Amino acid sequence: MSVTLQACAPVARAAQPLPCPSEWTFELIDAYHDAIARTARSFGLDTYANQLEIITAEQMMDAYASVGMPVNYKHWSFGKQFIATERSYRRGQMGLAYEIVINSDPCISYLMDENTLPMQALVIAHAAYGHNSFFKGNYLFRMWTDASSIIDYLVYARTYIAECEEKHGIEAVEQMLDSCHALMDQGVDRYRRPQRLSLAQEKARRSEREIYLQQQVNDLWRTLPRRTDRRADAGRARFPEEPQENILYFIEKHAPLLEPWQREVVRIVRKVAQYFYPQRQTQVMNEGWATFWHYTLLNSMYDEGLLTDGFMLEFLQSHTSVVAQPAGGRLNPYALGFAMMRDIRRICESPTDEDRLWFPDIAGSDWRTTLDYAMRNFKDESFIGQFLSPELMRRFRLFALRDDQAQPDLEVSAIHDEAGYRQLRESLARQYDINHREPNIQVWSVDTRGDRSLTLRHLQQSGRPLNQDADEVLRHVARLWGFRVVLESVDGTGRELKRREASPVRD
Amino acid sequence: MLQQIIDRRLSGKNKSIGNRERFLKRYREQIRAAVRRAVGERSIRDVDRGETVTVPRKDLSEPTFRHGPGGVREHVIPGNREYARGDRIKRPQGGAGVAGGGNASPDGQGEDDFAFTLSREEFMHYFFEDLALPNLIRTQLAETPEFKFRRAGFTGDGTPNNIHVLRSMRGALGRRIALGSEHRRKLADLRAALAEARRRPEPQAGDIAALEAEIDRLARRLRAIPYLDPIDLRYRNRVRVPQPISKAVMFCLMDVSGSMDEARKDIAKRFFILLYLFLTRHYERTEVVFIRHHTQADEVDEHDFFHATESGGTVVSSALILMQDIIRERYAAGDWNIYGAQASDGDNWGQDSAKCRELLDTSLLPLVRYFAYVQVAEGQQSLWEEYARVATENPNFAMRMIAGASDIYPVFRDLFRREAAA
Repeated sequence: MSVTLQACAPVARAAQPLPCPSEWTFELIDAYHDAIARTARSFGLDTYANQLEIITAEQMMDAYASVGMPVNYKHWSFGKQFIATERSYRRGQMGLAYEIVINSDPCISYLMDENTLPMQALVIAHAAYGHNSFFKGNYLFRMWTDASSIIDYLVYARTYIAECEEKHGIEAVEQMLDSCHALMDQGVDRYRRPQRLSLAQEKARRSEREIYLQQQVNDLWRTLPRRTDRRADAGRARFPEEPQENILYFIEKHAPLLEPWQREVVRIVRKVAQYFYPQRQTQVMNEGWATFWHYTLLNSMYDEGLLTDGFMLEFLQSHTSVVAQPAGGRLNPYALGFAMMRDIRRICESPTDEDRLWFPDIAGSDWRTTLDYAMRNFKDESFIGQFLSPELMRRFRLFALRDDQAQPDLEVSAIHDEAGYRQLRESLARQYDINHREPNIQVWSVDTRGDRSLTLRHLQQSGRPLNQDADEVLRHVARLWGFRVVLESVDGTGRELKRREASPVRD
Repeated sequence: MLQQIIDRRLSGKNKSIGNRERFLKRYREQIRAAVRRAVGERSIRDVDRGETVTVPRKDLSEPTFRHGPGGVREHVIPGNREYARGDRIKRPQGGAGVAGGGNASPDGQGEDDFAFTLSREEFMHYFFEDLALPNLIRTQLAETPEFKFRRAGFTGDGTPNNIHVLRSMRGALGRRIALGSEHRRKLADLRAALAEARRRPEPQAGDIAALEAEIDRLARRLRAIPYLDPIDLRYRNRVRVPQPISKAVMFCLMDVSGSMDEARKDIAKRFFILLYLFLTRHYERTEVVFIRHHTQADEVDEHDFFHATESGGTVVSSALILMQDIIRERYAAGDWNIYGAQASDGDNWGQDSAKCRELLDTSLLPLVRYFAYVQVAEGQQSLWEEYARVATENPNFAMRMIAGASDIYPVFRDLFRREAAA
């Protein structure tokens, strides 16, 4: 290994800097990783063990196509994703992401072999220490995902889906997956923790579950009521007793006509959706946290004299392009998250009078403790609601635009001034609230005594109707349910605004 | 902290290949249409490559429940320079909300069509699918199947049956000489010195013993040089050379009288393409001659052949005569494998059909390897009857009445079978 120290700018600091040729080698990655790990420990970052994998650009596109996971079952939509990625990459419209990191234990980070050494170091700091510690610490990830078993579960899912394709035909499986994918966002438990998954248990329990489930379903749809139950039946007017938010779960457990393997497919899609559920709710925080830490770690290493000026120039160039915020456009979650993390540190270290007024609890506190607390206990919505400071709103020059379809014009409802801070903050927090962003649709009732039709209820918020896809999705629901499906859109008072229906197509 | 670095670069790309297959399968219809269109637009010589296929994005959508436009919503946007609270702004055109609304497609790519490229193999797959080609023929056409082994000198590795003994032994000899020469020279010197020492009047026992020991050592070293070392082995090298080694000419004959419409021409074109593909696999060089005819025949270029419309009567023999003339002038039968392909709607001037049979029987068929005729219309007229008589008498003549693309292949069945067996 030839090391060209001369090529790097001279350093006047005490320590011997790490060599920084632009080409990486395994030894250098190891050396940088050690230094970054040491620095991260000194800041008290708690992470899963790291596994760094060197991959090629093609493999990166493969990973992209299967929603970033190293294994996944086969489906045409991943093929479409791959083709789209490949096309824009080949045309040079899009650089590949520098990194993909997988919430697993050990935490897998991909390093693309085309990256320069400073980029690899940046990815290690960002993904292997930033994201990794977020995965391990944040309450949503702790509650909803099980990092140690996700890869195993995906291996199981892929094998199972492949077996199903063999047994029941690719087309039948594809139809099931299409229908389930359409309901993925409605296939998550929002308030209850799902059971832990493990490959061994999963396999052992599957057949048991299939038999039991089928019994349950048969019982629910029993056409000859037991004589003793008659009176009880009259009282049991509703099914389900309470509205259910997890439509896929409801279908898996109660759809009358699904075969056991189809229920298992529903379950697999549901589990994968659940795994991604925390990620959808913590984009700003997760990226902000990771960006904050790569910035902090590498700067601190530079201060120690471990990094050369050349390294820092390349790093800062990438860093600034990641956190750039164009005016008037969509908020860049990296920019917002990074700025908020930095801002919290600022409030802790050198609070102004305004900060003391807005954040009496954290102004002047230890920034590491405060940031750690923020990372562990919030999601995007609550994080913004809690920590977005007036200072930052001024810096971003945020303003809120109210779009009421009944009005001819848009209205500027709040800007970054004394009167607008709270409203802006609430509005922005709501914008990241998944329950606000996605329509609220629940399983409302099933006509168990009549035509077995399933009624879904869409609670319309702020008068926002469903999109045009709704009819299409409803047909998917009908395919899964096997009987007529009704989707009622109601307003806050329960008044029905729109009614959609779909019936399954019988072959 | 445990950590490991894994080099995955060699562990295979194309993990998505199964996903891609499923994607292509799902959009089979669109892809087939695109392939059909491409075949129509391409030159016959140019069929054999990939193609960009476009699928309307709406057909690809994966529907989900989302908020549609309408109702009340609020967006927080950065970069305010001019607005104060209560300002009103005109709604942007399109009404679909402002930037940051929920309407952008989830993958961030606009609403344009989804285009992707079929590889050459995939393209040919769909092309053949339409023609209902048997799988064996597909593989033959899609690849260059035949190879011949040709000697190409010697190499350092191979299988034992290819060892070239003479070369190997010659190498071994050379190596033994080269490795041993230094020792042998020293040995010769030492032996001379020993003889000298012994000849001396007062032999020194110590010197002699030392010399003998050294001689002994060198002799051992020489003996240790292997007689035959693995690096000496030489193998006959054979390389695979693609087989097509001769040249062919293909005559495309087509009736362009008014009754040949676009659909019929399209079928005829596929017929010509198939023969062309077959010939390019078997011959190093394939030329194509286009002859179109109504009452007179002309040699034309491909574009005119397929696109210019003529009208008027039909005299088929004019084309056969022209073909014969061209063969005589440019393609002496000894050097060229000649193939003929004729497409027509079966119309012919009354007396001419008998003349066509005569021409084929006596002068043309003896010159060509294979002559295939397709009639792209129903109805048996005089030409069909006369040709049927030709077919019974000549094994290298095939004919077929075809209504669709999948009927084309049987015309070539005999041809493919024979060539595949050869």
